[in-house]
Amino acid sequence: MRRHIITTILSLAAAGAMTMQPTQAASKSPGTMFAEECSACHMAFDPGFLPKRSWRAIMGNLSNHFGEDASLDDQTRNAIERYLLSNAADANGRNPYWLRRIPASQIPMRITELPWFTNEHGARARAWAKSNPKIGSISNCQGCHRGAARGVFDDD
Amino acid sequence: MKLFPNLILSGTLLAVALGAPIQPAQADPARDAIIAQLKAQAGVSSFSAARGKKFFHAKHAGGKPETPSCTTCHTNDPRNFGKTRVGKVIDPMAVSRNPQRFTDPKKVAKWFRRNCKTVLGRECTAQEKGDILTYLSSI
Repeated sequence: MRRHIITTILSLAAAGAMTMQPTQAASKSPGTMFAEECSACHMAFDPGFLPKRSWRAIMGNLSNHFGEDASLDDQTRNAIERYLLSNAADANGRNPYWLRRIPASQIPMRITELPWFTNEHGARARAWAKSNPKIGSISNCQGCHRGAARGVFDDD
Repeated sequence: MKLFPNLILSGTLLAVALGAPIQPAQADPARDAIIAQLKAQAGVSSFSAARGKKFFHAKHAGGKPETPSCTTCHTNDPRNFGKTRVGKVIDPMAVSRNPQRFTDPKKVAKWFRRNCKTVLGRECTAQEKGDILTYLSSI
């Protein structure tokens, strides 16, 4: 009986070890690709902060991504763009308050430039973020909002 | 209570089966394959860690003025944690400190493409990549 239990445990462990092998990029979900690729350099900003036209523009110019080369292979780029578009601020006909006052002809490229954002974060907040070495920039959400990566911003 | 020793035993067996690879950090078949492919591309039989070290620490021209060197983000000692330009921590590049380094060919290709363009304004050659990987695997 005891031997039987040990054999069972060993085979279960072996099966567990096999499923722990690294998975192929192709089998990763677009959401996982988004989180992994975008957060390699900065917090992966919630797609729901910008409209579809912004994400299209950003994903169409990754080799000059705010001055950095953030280029991706086509397969990964396309999957992440689809994820961003289906979760964008205006996906599924949504029109959240942070998109109001932005004409349809305008393509906002930075969350920090949206009128809603600049109302919430005035010149003093910007200057303070910039001067504090632990924050560095107004685009470092987590510098002040500790739950930002989980979408929690209600701590200010 | 007879169950208790079995629980300990199963825990130990699981830890052995799922634990870290037994081979030393320096040797990894995936990393060896990446370096072998670079050798074929460069048409050489070996790379130079010394040349890789020089390249890693050099100040290069042609790229963005804010990032003249690998050390701008990865610090002067690749065994240290680095920092991206927006402040995100970068795991050490030295294989001795980070055995996962250079074991995913797609990841290696992606970061060489991006960072060589940022630092040198061009892609790195297979020779340069091989020298750098050899240096970072040696420390």
